[in-house]
Amino acid sequence: MRIHALPLAQILPALGLLGSLSLATPCQAADLTVSAAVSLSNAFRALAARFEAEHADTHVLLNFAASDALLAQITKGAPVDVFASADQDTMDKAATRQLIDPASRENFVRNRLVLITPLPGGLRLKSLADLSLPEVHHLVMGRPEGVPAGRYARAALQEIGLWPALESRTIFAQNVRQALDYVVRGEVEAGFVYATDAALQVDRVQVAFEVPTGRPITYPVAAIAGSPQPVLARQFIHFLASPSSQAILAGFGFEKP
Amino acid sequence: MDGALFQLAWPALTLSLRVAAWATAINLLLGVATGFALARLRWPGINLLDAVLTLPMVLPPTVLGYYLLVLLGRRGLVGNWLAQHFGITLIFTWQGAVIAATLVAFPLVLKAARTAFEQIDPQLEQAGRVLGLNEAAIFLRISLPLAWRGILAGGLLAFARALGEFGATLMVAGSIPGRTQTLSVAIFEAVQAGEDTLANMLVLITSTACVLILVCAGRLAPASPSSRRAQ
Repeated sequence: MRIHALPLAQILPALGLLGSLSLATPCQAADLTVSAAVSLSNAFRALAARFEAEHADTHVLLNFAASDALLAQITKGAPVDVFASADQDTMDKAATRQLIDPASRENFVRNRLVLITPLPGGLRLKSLADLSLPEVHHLVMGRPEGVPAGRYARAALQEIGLWPALESRTIFAQNVRQALDYVVRGEVEAGFVYATDAALQVDRVQVAFEVPTGRPITYPVAAIAGSPQPVLARQFIHFLASPSSQAILAGFGFEKP
Repeated sequence: MDGALFQLAWPALTLSLRVAAWATAINLLLGVATGFALARLRWPGINLLDAVLTLPMVLPPTVLGYYLLVLLGRRGLVGNWLAQHFGITLIFTWQGAVIAATLVAFPLVLKAARTAFEQIDPQLEQAGRVLGLNEAAIFLRISLPLAWRGILAGGLLAFARALGEFGATLMVAGSIPGRTQTLSVAIFEAVQAGEDTLANMLVLITSTACVLILVCAGRLAPASPSSRRAQ
């Protein structure tokens, strides 16, 4: 194969264009990075827009994933300012590893775990015991090792002794929204998600019943230790507890802690 | 090596090898046939067809995974038909992982096969025709033997790519330990859960396997033009 030499006159302007797309983004005076459980994503997008409107020159960067994945990132030194997890265990681990400022920790919302089935034509399940019916080929929950919603679900099934029988037909999702998606697509007969997740797909999933969890599902939030934005981080946490923010959160189905 | 950790890694390793082997076998058949057709046919749209077939290499695996999920899912066009007529479900099965891996690795065999067939001196095939061989015999006794090194090198690259497939596999096959959890998915989950010892072992296994494959592929790759001239 012959390689045709490109005239320099054509290459140089192209290089100039590349150079103008500088890799370094101008650093904002106040970037606040918030790592939040994926079940909070819709509500936090709305809240972040409000926070930015109230704080001029502030830019909220949102990072959503399963709580354990966020903790793993923070443990490895990810530059995060605020951490909001979907369970107390994950935040406790962060506290034990001295990753958060313990004084800033607050519970800001409460959620409920529900069992959902696909619409239309999903099974009518009345209780957790119905999950052992042969019609339930697959059920989905977040992976208990990495997803709080999965831990709540597994604990509920362990409580009534059904877990050993159901484990083999359980699909483990990477986060609670992937679990929701598998039910929406009808790939599984039932799934464990939060009431707030089910509310996002009212046309495509139905809530069979609320799943009893031993303790209430409260979401903690805390500022990350050593954050370069400690004041702004505290302001964001206080902002979450404000009546107007709580009203937004309630609009997405979250309850007061 | 820690025995308990190895027990966790072993099913993922064997599953990955099985998925990659199936994907490579399917791709060798499909890729050689398509590569030969692209190399020999003189249709006007052939390069466009080549571009479309190469798309899986360029598209993000999540895009492919989404296509597959929509097509093969229980409510998808193909998935619904398969379930109704044959009772086959592909989502959440290792066969689904094979389909995902086959798709992403296909262009690697296709490209290698097309190039290998195009590099054959047409006079050799012409000589076969003059001596009275039919087209099937020319393919099997002249073209394929001359092209096999290039094809096999492409096959090894496809094997490595299939072994490392992650995005599409996770979306289509899910992550069921022992059934659909491949090495790459197991690594992702170990890192997410902060299980660094397991992650370390899994990445070492994967890296070693991929280096071995690349070394083999390098030995098989067609000789460069300069060394060919020297022969």
